[in-house]
Amino acid sequence: MIGVRQRFTPLQRLLHWLMAVCILTMLFIGVGMLSTVKPKYLTLVSIHKPLGIAILVLALIRLAVRLRYGAPPLPADLPEPIKLGAQLSHYAFYVLMIGMPLLGWGMLSAAAYPVVLFGGVHLPAILPHSDGLHTLLWNAHFYLAFAFFALILLHVAAALFHALVRRDGVFEAMAPVSSRDEVASAE
Amino acid sequence: MTQPRPSPARSMFGSLVLIAVVLGGVVAAFAYTAGWFSPQRLTPDKFVDALTPPNGPPLGHRRNHAKGTCFTGVFEANGAGSALSHAQVFARGQYPVLGRFNTGTPDPNAPDATVRVRGVGVRISTPDGQEWRSAMVNLPFFPVSTPQAFYELLLASGSKDPDAMKTFAAAHPEIAAFGAWDKSPPWTGSYAEDRFNSLNSFVFTDNSGAEHTVRWSLVPAVQPVPVSPDDLAKRGPNFLEQDITERVRGGPQRWTLVVTVANPSDPTADPSKAWPEDRRTVGVGTLTVQQIQPERDGPCRDINFDPTVLPSGMQTSDDPFPAARSAVYAKSYDLRTAEAGDYPGTATDAKP
Repeated sequence: MIGVRQRFTPLQRLLHWLMAVCILTMLFIGVGMLSTVKPKYLTLVSIHKPLGIAILVLALIRLAVRLRYGAPPLPADLPEPIKLGAQLSHYAFYVLMIGMPLLGWGMLSAAAYPVVLFGGVHLPAILPHSDGLHTLLWNAHFYLAFAFFALILLHVAAALFHALVRRDGVFEAMAPVSSRDEVASAE
Repeated sequence: MTQPRPSPARSMFGSLVLIAVVLGGVVAAFAYTAGWFSPQRLTPDKFVDALTPPNGPPLGHRRNHAKGTCFTGVFEANGAGSALSHAQVFARGQYPVLGRFNTGTPDPNAPDATVRVRGVGVRISTPDGQEWRSAMVNLPFFPVSTPQAFYELLLASGSKDPDAMKTFAAAHPEIAAFGAWDKSPPWTGSYAEDRFNSLNSFVFTDNSGAEHTVRWSLVPAVQPVPVSPDDLAKRGPNFLEQDITERVRGGPQRWTLVVTVANPSDPTADPSKAWPEDRRTVGVGTLTVQQIQPERDGPCRDINFDPTVLPSGMQTSDDPFPAARSAVYAKSYDLRTAEAGDYPGTATDAKP
């Protein structure tokens, strides 16, 4: 056994890719549902709410797993500002993954909408009915969604840069399957 | 690990191009989904803009049915509705109601006599934590068949082109029935004498899992007394609120909630088409209005009577309007709650 893990654990990789699909879907549903008055509006809203809560639950599990298992070290030759940026982006991801569902839930609570997950299953209000709170949370939810999307773009660009240009193992640390192992076993 | 590669510079250039293409594709898909490439897409924002009067939006108020009065009361279910839907609201019992009477105008100061369309929003809460919200009007049918047509109607009626309405009516002949209703009796002098209709159809699911497509109405207990428009015009600008306040002060006002069940061939997707008179109806209970509150400080003020907030046992049908109403009401709600400062409550005014 090597002393320092080179890759995220399989559970971390599973959570990462599952949440990647969920979050991207969520952001597309979010902008899509605000742009239409067709019946699909209701379908999109009815997916947006339970998917948001699912992301919240997954994010909390993922945070616990991350605190337990940590992350593989970044390459030693990576410039310090880049390392710092990578670490800050991870904090931002956790803040958004946990914060966005809570903002949405709080925003619906402040508007006295029932928070319906599916069928008769609904969540309690987490905030009192309030115009001011609703407006504040609505704006935060709306603008942070675009910030989240921008962060994902940056993340994808960085991941591909590591995978294609630097080829330094950072992408492989989170890749669903290990391409290096495959190459090694094929040789 | 030692496989031959193209020159590092070319490889790097190719990789950067690939990264740019991936990011560009994701951004383009996102922009398309958001409608940024589709200026013709009918959005909630466009609807709200079309509802806005020439002199500007009614800041802090609903973007339509802007003038209203809050009430509280109870819905007493008689149990008969359980044959149609397993929603708890139809189980025999009493459930609290929050509601709002309103006039169908985007101007919160429009004199009541100038507005033919009146409405009511209700929210019935049940002990299982679910809610049934509905917004109904005194129209017997909706003016047009689709949300797109309603949007075009709003544009035509606000247009400076003198032929806009004629052109619209030629394309949407169903509007003629509304025009006839708009000019014909009976007019009433009270919300308590008005019948309010859901117009849109919904699907109820009963305990056996069978589905019933329905519409519903609130039928007043009070016999309507016809009043001519000229006589209404002589009353004060807010006679409806004064009337309902006085009536309820004298005693609770009642409406029977009647559910009409569609036959299989009935037009469920088109609220401009009334169903034949002989359809099965079920009186499911009584709405009793017990207290009236002015909207400014009233409990209905910050409630969105979104007709798609339904308990389990009810769902939307193939009628496209509830989805459109939900999307547009939400936009109206987001706007007016952000503008609360333009419509302050008297309690906050009174503070030193």
